[in-house]
This record gives sequence, structure tokens and C-alpha cells, in this order.
Amino acid sequence: MTKYLVERATLTDGSQSNILISEGVIKWVGHSVLPVEVQDAIRVDVNGAIALPGLVDLHTHLREPGREDSETVLSGSRSAAKGGFTAVSAMANTFPVADTAGVVEQVYRLGQLAGFVDVFPIGAVTQGLAGKALAELGAMADSEARVRVFSDDGNCVFDPMVMRRALEYVKKFGGVIAQHAQDPVLTVDSQMNEGIISSRLGLKGWPSVAEEAIIARDVLLADHVGSRLHICHVTTAGGVEIIRWAKSRGIQVSAEVTPHHLLLTDDYARNFDPVFKVNPPLRTQEDVMALREGLADGTIDIVATDHAPHPSESKECEWQAAAFGMIGLETALSIVQLTMVESGLISWSHVADRMSLAPAKIGRYSDHGQPILPGSTANLTFVDSGGSWKVDRDLMLSRSRNTPFHGMELPGQVVATFYRGEPTVLNGALVRGTRVS
Amino acid sequence: MRHLLSASDLTYSEALKILDTAAQMARVSEGPVKKLPTLRGRTIVNLFFEDSTRTRISFEAAAKRLSADVINFSAKGSSVSKGESLKDTAQTLQAMGADAIIIRHDSSGAPQRLADSGWTSSVVINAGDGTHEHPTQALLDAFTIRKHLKVGVGDLSGLTIAIVGDILHSRVARSNVTLLSLLGAQVILVAPPTLLPLGVESWPAQISFELDSVLPYVDAVMMLRVQQERMNDFFFPTAREYSHYFGLNADRLALLKPSAIIMHPGPMNRGLEITAACADSARSVIVEQVANGVSVRMAVLYLLVAGAPDENGESLA
Repeated sequence: MTKYLVERATLTDGSQSNILISEGVIKWVGHSVLPVEVQDAIRVDVNGAIALPGLVDLHTHLREPGREDSETVLSGSRSAAKGGFTAVSAMANTFPVADTAGVVEQVYRLGQLAGFVDVFPIGAVTQGLAGKALAELGAMADSEARVRVFSDDGNCVFDPMVMRRALEYVKKFGGVIAQHAQDPVLTVDSQMNEGIISSRLGLKGWPSVAEEAIIARDVLLADHVGSRLHICHVTTAGGVEIIRWAKSRGIQVSAEVTPHHLLLTDDYARNFDPVFKVNPPLRTQEDVMALREGLADGTIDIVATDHAPHPSESKECEWQAAAFGMIGLETALSIVQLTMVESGLISWSHVADRMSLAPAKIGRYSDHGQPILPGSTANLTFVDSGGSWKVDRDLMLSRSRNTPFHGMELPGQVVATFYRGEPTVLNGALVRGTRVS
Repeated sequence: MRHLLSASDLTYSEALKILDTAAQMARVSEGPVKKLPTLRGRTIVNLFFEDSTRTRISFEAAAKRLSADVINFSAKGSSVSKGESLKDTAQTLQAMGADAIIIRHDSSGAPQRLADSGWTSSVVINAGDGTHEHPTQALLDAFTIRKHLKVGVGDLSGLTIAIVGDILHSRVARSNVTLLSLLGAQVILVAPPTLLPLGVESWPAQISFELDSVLPYVDAVMMLRVQQERMNDFFFPTAREYSHYFGLNADRLALLKPSAIIMHPGPMNRGLEITAACADSARSVIVEQVANGVSVRMAVLYLLVAGAPDENGESLA
């Protein structure tokens, strides 16, 4: 296996270090004295770029099997690596649904075959995402994919008894239920955040209370049965408040926020361009600020992309006819830098926590989110925080083009990504044919 | 202004210009030869994705009185019902050389998508989109109000106008709130709280839940159609209770000022939001609204499609 010496990396404490990678593991981190085994290493000078543990996404739609027109495990893996990720979590709403050991193993193997990131399948909570009967959670947990995160994402597990049983059942193997918090009765045909703008535009509103009511119910259920609960894509100030309260009570709840909800507001719907149509919807500036504060103080544990690729015909249409969702793997780190680091809310060590350590811990992805120290698996991301780039949807590695950030100038460029000791990105470009055995 | 997508596209002077032009058009319609050669050789498409015989024939009459060629493209019986996208339809019409597309669509924002997308270079006129806007309806309402209460000149300052009923789902209400307040009128929205949109306090209008207390102060009362399906969605308990509190009837007619007029964008549910006695009373201008619709739409087509220069030599388009 090739050895790599990453030179002039900036650690999150601000110190500059060289990092020696060999046999998929970090062998040495230091500055002054170089160990002997450096001699035959390939040198990668990252020129002061910040070293982060490889990013981990807990919420990714890779669309395979079933919707390979919008994304495949391979194209999504390439997009993830480009964005600095070394692990993604493939959501269960595929065709067929990932509700059996067979489907999750297929997705897991496709990820291994692609070889750009670890693809950890998320299993469906209920059969066919229908919310009625539990899927075979144990079989998925015991499968080769070793599923620990279960979600009906796209649908809310609305029946409180089904939710209770799911929360209880996954304790058997340390699993977690990731809830898409959306009361379906309060959000029939909803198109965007319910507020001043939806009222003006005549688009059916998706009220904050539909999210908050489910979060409140589920933290109480998780408390009652002593289980782990994860709240997907929190979007409301009220949701942050409820989670903060739950954590103060010692309830085992974690939560995620997407990059787009950290930056964009429902104001973007004004031109009816469905590239801004997403579920849960873009909210108000007040919500955006509450989400940023929640992420900074740890109420919200992680950033997750909710990368949701769609073919262009699903967005080149009227708002109501358009699909919900945005791609986000290649822009996530830049959006976090823009909204959280440059605003002074968090430091780069917090970025490492919110985008790698914490999601790896929630997903039980033991080879990820490790500190940059000798002995850790060499999953690493190097970001040139002083650089900037202009988002061009036609240059995305994702098979889809539905980025809401097209044309924006964003800070921070991923210059190198190492996945299990091998580079997937060098000099800001994907390394072709990357394959980790 | 290249398109007419929303009442908020209009400036004060543009809105007045349309009303003044409509007044000239009305004189044409009243004359012995109801036709002008202005749009001869121009092609105007009525692209209707939603049933609306009234609005379609109003635009058709307006276009024909300006000598335009009119093509009616309705979603029923066209390729749209077979699943063709708005984009393909727009490109097809573009290829056929449509100068203007008058679009009625059940999706809010569809006209704006058509105008912004680059799928067509035609002038786009919104003939009602979802629960968003219906700008020509607001223009014809303003025209009707001005004719009766301002002797047909100037703006609507000093007038108080109540819009009553299902504000939440009404594109007519949205366009009217914007346009009537732009023209200086005071607008009062009267509805049960369930039929007012969230954040309505931010609109340039007053809000009331009580029709009886509003009626003595208004110069015009505009009754909105209540869709039958609203009753199944818990917006109000029964049709009878709705009529009791928000319907215009003979008793309420007596509360109005002698000069006040009664309006309705149609089609009416007689007996629900308005009784026959009110609809057919001498105060009612409902039938006249229809005639004014043709004049206003002629004015909009004339100003947007012909690119008629104004007194300063500048085109409104």
C-alpha cells in the first residue's frame, strides 16, 4: 500500500503539521523530526489547508436502486468525496425501499465497489415506508451492512405506537430512529413554509408546528422508553427550543441541520423557481439564526446534507409539480464555513465535531470521526479555508443539477480527501479510478 | 413592464394608464363598429389549464376586438392532459409564433415560470394562477369602482372597499388588495379567521371578522365565491352558518350607504355568499363587471402587445 506524507496541514488548534499515512492508518503527526519511513512516501503539500477528520454525512439520498437517472451509488460517492466526505448514509427511500437485509446489503456492496466513501445504508423503520408495520430491523442490523440508523425519511413515522415500538426495538442492537418530523395531517399538499411569503404567493403552507409537534411527541416517547432518537433536518426555532429542553432533561436525542437551512430562507420562493423547493421547507431568517445558534451550542449535534438529487425535468416545471429536494454534498462544507465559521459562531474544531465526530458517533461508524492522531483510520479532509469558488451546477459530480447555490461565490475549497489511507481528491480534483480494497 | 403576472408588477401610473386606456376601449365597445385594427396580424394564445369559460371568452372578445388572431389552447383535449410539461407546451407555442400567451393555471406561479424560464419570448399575461393572483380581475374591479364612485377618472383615494369571504384561497382578493391599495383605496378584508391567510396583518388592508359592523362604512362590497369543497375541510361548520355571518342578504343591504355598490367576480353561489335579491338589486354592478372585463383586457393587450407609446413617446411595454 502506498504511503503518503501530507505536508503543511493546519490542525484545528492552529498548529502546522505533517501527517504520515500508511496501510490505511495515520502513522505519525508532527512537525519537526521526520521518521525514517517517510523516505518512500508520496508527498502531498496542502499548503496550510485545514486538516479535518473525513466528513460524515448522516443523511444522503443516493437513489440507487430505482432512480439511477438522478444519482447512483457511484456518482453520489464521487460527489461526496469531492465535498470532503469519507462516509455517507444512504437513505432508505429507494425503489425497492431499503426495508430488508437484501436491499441494504446491495447498497452497501455498491458503495464498497465504488470505493470513494463508505456507504452506510439507513434502513426503513416500517415496511415500504408506509408507517404501518415494522420492517425487519434486526435482520438489517445483523446483515453485512450492519445498519444502526433507521428512518422512513420523506415520510414521518406518524403513528405514535409504531414509533414507540421502533424506538424500543432498536435498543437490542444500539440502533437509533431518525425521524422526519412532519405531521402529515397538518401538511397535506404543503408547498413551502407557512408564513407571510406563502400567504402572498398563494402556495399552501407547511407550518412550523407540524415539525415541532412531532419533535415534542418523540422526545417524550424516547424519554419514556429510554431509547435513542435522532431528529432529521430541524428547520424551526421552536424545534431547536424543544430539543434544547429535552437535552437538559437528559433525554437521548440528537439532531441535524442541513446546510441549506443554515443559509436560505423562504424569501427565495418569491420567484417560484422550484430549485428552492425542499422538504422540510426553507424557513424564515429568525429560524435560520436559531438553527445557527443551536448548532453552535450543541443543541443541534450535526450538519447533514439531505442531498436529494432530482432530474432536471422534476425542477423545470411549475412549483407545485416540482419535486422536493436539493443536492448538497459538494457545497456542504463551504456553506458551514460561510454561515458558522466566518460568522464567528464556531471554530474549525467544532466543524470537525459537527461534520465528522458527532455524526460518526450517532451512526456508530467506528472507523470515522476519529481524532487526527497516530493509530486513527486515515479518513481525512483538507480544506483551503482562504480559497473561494463559484458554484456551477454543470460542474457538479452529482448526476443531478438541482443545487440552490448555483452562481454563488462560496468560501473554502476541499483540496484533498483521504479515504482509508488513499486519496480520493487531490489538488481539488477527484482522483480517477479510486478503489480501496 | 413586459408581462402582467401580478398586480404588484404595476406602478401607480401604469395602473392608471391601463384604466384610462380601458375607458377609451369601452367607447369602442359601445360604438357601432366594435373593432380596432391595432393587433392585426398578431397571434394571441389563450392557454387555459383550468376551466374558466368566463375569463377565456372575455380575453377572446378583447383580442378579437383588437383584430388579433386568437388560438384557444385548453388543457382538456390537448396534449397537456396526456402529461406534456408546461415547458414543452410553451416551446410549442413559441415555435408557432405566439405574440402573447394568456395563461390560466391551477398552480400558483405558473405564469411567472413561463415568463422567467426562457422557454418562450412571448408576452405573458396572467389570467389567474392557483391561489396567487388574477391581475386583470383586479383591474376590471378597480375600473368598475372608479366608474361608479369617481366618475371614471383619477384614482380610488378616499374610498373604502370590503372584500368578503374566502380570502385564503382567493387570487382575486390578493390582486385586489395590492391594486386597490396602490390606487389609494382603503381595503377591509372580512372573513372567518379560518379563511384568512397566516400573516395577513402584513397586507395593506384592515381585517374584520364581522360583516355587519363593516358594511355601513364601505363604498363597495366585493363578495367572493365560496367553494363547496371548503366545507369538507373544517373552514366553517355549515353553509348555513357561513351565510348567516358572511352572506350578503336583504337585511345587510339595508346597512349599506345609498351610494355603495355590490360586486362579485363570479360565478356566484346564489344563496350562499349572496342572495338573489342582492345580486339582482339596483346596487349590483356584477353584470357590468363582465362588460368592463373586456375593456380592461383590451387595454392590457393593447399596451403590452402593441407596445403603444404613451404621451411621452414611451411604451408601457
